[in-house]
Amino acid sequence: MMNKVLFAIMLIAGLIAPFLAYPVFVMDLLCFALFACAFNLLLGYAGLLSFGHAAFFGGAAYIAGHALKVWGFPPLLGILTGTAFAFLIGIVFGFLAIRRQGIYFAMVTLALAQIIYFLCLQLPFTGGENGLQGIPRGELFGLFSLDNELTMYYLVFAIFLIGFGIIYRTVHSPFGEVLQAIRENEPRALSLGYDVDRFKLLAFVLSATMAGLAGSTKALVFQFASLTSAHWQTSGEVVLMTLVGGLGTVFGPVLGAVTVATLTHELGSFGSWVQVILGTIFVIVVLVFRRGIIGEIHHFVEQRKAARTSADND
Amino acid sequence: MQLITAQALLGLNVGVFYAMLSLGLAVIFGLLNIINFAHGAMYMLGAFVALIGYSYLEQWFGISLQIGFWGSLIMAPLVVGLLGIIIERTMLKRLANLDHIYGLLLTFGITLILQGLFANYFNVSGTPYPGQPEVLSGVLNLGFMYFPTYRMFAIVFSLVVCFATWYVIEHTRLGSRLRAGVENPQLTQAFGLNVPLMVTLTFGFGAALAGLAGVLAAPIYSVSPLMGADLIIVVFAVVVIGGMGSIMGAILTGLALGLVEGMTKVFYPPAANTVIFFLMVLVLLFRPAGLFGKEQ
Amino acid sequence: MFSNWKTGIATVAAATAVSLPMAANAELSDGVLKIGVLSDMSGVYKTLEGPGAVTAAEMAVEDFGGSIMGTPIEIVSADHQNKADIAASTAREWIDDDEVDMLTALDNSSVALAVQGLAAERKVITMNTGAGTTALTEEQCTPYGIHYVYDTHALPVGTATAMVKNGGEKWFFLTADYAFGHSLRDNTGAVVEELGGEVVGSIQHPLSTNDFSSYLLQAQASGADVIGLANAGQDTVNAIKQANQFQIVQSGQKLAGMLVFITDVHSMGLDIAQGLQFTTAFVWNQDEEALEWSNRFNERHGAMPTMVQAGVYSAVSNYLKAVEAVGTDDSDAVRAQLGEMELNDFFVDGGKIAPNGSMLHDMFLVEVKSPDESESEWDLLNVVSRIPADQAYISMEETKCDLVNK
Repeated sequence: MMNKVLFAIMLIAGLIAPFLAYPVFVMDLLCFALFACAFNLLLGYAGLLSFGHAAFFGGAAYIAGHALKVWGFPPLLGILTGTAFAFLIGIVFGFLAIRRQGIYFAMVTLALAQIIYFLCLQLPFTGGENGLQGIPRGELFGLFSLDNELTMYYLVFAIFLIGFGIIYRTVHSPFGEVLQAIRENEPRALSLGYDVDRFKLLAFVLSATMAGLAGSTKALVFQFASLTSAHWQTSGEVVLMTLVGGLGTVFGPVLGAVTVATLTHELGSFGSWVQVILGTIFVIVVLVFRRGIIGEIHHFVEQRKAARTSADND
Repeated sequence: MQLITAQALLGLNVGVFYAMLSLGLAVIFGLLNIINFAHGAMYMLGAFVALIGYSYLEQWFGISLQIGFWGSLIMAPLVVGLLGIIIERTMLKRLANLDHIYGLLLTFGITLILQGLFANYFNVSGTPYPGQPEVLSGVLNLGFMYFPTYRMFAIVFSLVVCFATWYVIEHTRLGSRLRAGVENPQLTQAFGLNVPLMVTLTFGFGAALAGLAGVLAAPIYSVSPLMGADLIIVVFAVVVIGGMGSIMGAILTGLALGLVEGMTKVFYPPAANTVIFFLMVLVLLFRPAGLFGKEQ
Repeated sequence: MFSNWKTGIATVAAATAVSLPMAANAELSDGVLKIGVLSDMSGVYKTLEGPGAVTAAEMAVEDFGGSIMGTPIEIVSADHQNKADIAASTAREWIDDDEVDMLTALDNSSVALAVQGLAAERKVITMNTGAGTTALTEEQCTPYGIHYVYDTHALPVGTATAMVKNGGEKWFFLTADYAFGHSLRDNTGAVVEELGGEVVGSIQHPLSTNDFSSYLLQAQASGADVIGLANAGQDTVNAIKQANQFQIVQSGQKLAGMLVFITDVHSMGLDIAQGLQFTTAFVWNQDEEALEWSNRFNERHGAMPTMVQAGVYSAVSNYLKAVEAVGTDDSDAVRAQLGEMELNDFFVDGGKIAPNGSMLHDMFLVEVKSPDESESEWDLLNVVSRIPADQAYISMEETKCDLVNK
């Protein structure tokens, strides 16, 4: 019930947003929201903390940018190319990382992502610290010019909804239930005969692919790919977004991404304090607010429901 | 051959910092089971305590006092250790019963705060630490090369600290109590030992080691708010390679990887920053638990 | 909610604007001339541009009288946090919704290229003072983009020319291993060889290297006269500091910085940096006029200006002069006028803005003073020689900019 209401709110907000706020900014929010949803699939449902998701987000942006700019791919094919790249390195990273658990898993993903960061810096086609600039937006299906902000916006919104839908379906499928069983009690899932590693790997790859979709889309929107997207601080930011919104909730990452990205944008005039403020939010959320915004609402509703039931019983 | 020996010594110089940092991580991990993401920031903090003590006390706080290098060698670990204790007491403690990733996330937040604070007041390109003592300036003639005296001091001093830590933990009564606390906290508590206090002090000690490494690094590298940020990721890879099963493992892996990096700088410099990550991949493929690790 | 930068608006002018005769008011599009200062207020470039750039722009507007043809002049500013996406969305919003007429500062090359590109699509002039990349006026040049202070051709080439002439013939490079470092090394190496010198070796080191000792020993063993540091920021500072530990300068080799700012020298201190040679567009105490302006700047900002901050002042005031001369803020007309003008103020002496957007002006080879020579906190540099503009900058015959050679 609550999810349906939230979905309706999100749909309406998404449809009218470009008339209320600056479209490019909203597109940026949508890319981050999809990125956070992808991340949440892994941490929130499979219990795996990746500290290297920027590699998929940023790496895919470069590949998509290169495909669009140099190979002259049409927009959607360019995005797919970037996404496919994220899928491939997702397999490699996943294969290596799931060999270790818990905190080690986080450290391994962080270290692997650092390799991708160095590649983004050093490979000739990336433009080093200049970034990959001047990516053309092109025309959708050869018909609609994406230089029109509204056309571009609704394409991004559609991509977001598709990505969101895929993640939603996955989480609410039998596959998603097994993932959650693994998160709750891995030895038990193992003893029930599930190939735990295979499930983890699938979740990792899917999450990486969706992060790549978000990164590729962002490259198209902004018409460049830059090192920032591949930096470990971006990996940290996506963790923060997911936590703030609510770990393991469907809409939490979306709300978290909107909150955190708006905050960094709005805090532009505070200089170095942005990092201090983000760090403080991190600490507060971890200490006292672990359910996140949506999680707290859920919790509140549940408690009220429980209270009412027990009151009825009295 | 001379070149190789010289470069090996320089590699060892990098290695002792890896060793000290991964040792601190291993000590904390051993007792608290968390990875301290803020370890790099604490290393940075140690260097800044030395710098501020030397150059800014009067300007900022109106205290007409200058803390020299030797003073900082004591002051900085105390300050950073105290910060560690405060963090453990006020925050980490509350996460004790939760998934360990929350500890990682909390310390990540603390890293952002510390880095942001220092970036406000200091040039991100780095400020050199001017307080290197007179005795240690100059160069030593080793026959095959001229080696800066201070670097030699840093190598010897760090090795002494590392092996002293190992000795205390593995071969003294204090150490055996600590190890008991790690293996069975309830039982140890029942024997009348104050386990929470041990946990707090251990975290403080690990943090102090990072601070000490920071002071030692200050005269060699320039002191900058981001000096710990990239280093900590490399140290994480060191830890994954070594596994955190043993104190000696952490020390030896740190030293060995410093040497490997040093050799890479001679034979294929562009890979110097990534060679450790590639080694990590190899270790994960063939010995997932790490060189010294026991799979849990 | 989405217009945080408004808090950064400095309404420098409002009062003076009213009293002036309202002559050609109708020519300025929207009743206010807005100049956007988009800079890094929090990260690596904060000290060399950042808040100081805003101060410099405000001073330029005040010195101009606060209004132009009866229209007030406004400065808006924001922090791009070194993120090209934040820079791009702020710049778009400024241009599309707030009709900002000119953008300046823009350090960090990814920010610079992104903003210059999108501003050109919207026919808005950018006067870049902070970024170094030559791509701004070469491969990615635009009809509205101006690169004002320095570029990664002018700095190393100037240094190399002067140093080879002073006997530094054999060069060894420590190169940051990515496009930027490679281009510094290649540009410098070409000049060295052209002048009869020799490049005896080069090491590519990864970005953000902590320990340079290994590379420095290899450089020392090469027997080069000059060790060229084809890197920037923390890498340069670390390399110089460690060269000092190994007493490389004391034993006769010279260090040449390819991209060094006065703030780097200031934070390194003279003990370590003395003897280092590099090229700069401006030294705050180079002459009386510069000294006078810099002292005013220092009073407001609390530090002497870098070449970038001084460049912001010069860029803004020359932009205003051009607008006044043509009587409109139409970008095509103003850009054409800027191309016609000869630029003269305390920062630039006989500067010309070329068709590719490069502001051609003389540069200075400087040497860091020894502690004994320095008379004050910021008295750090001796001017060794003046490098003529045509030697420092890429000529219009050689440029790869499509606007020039069709």
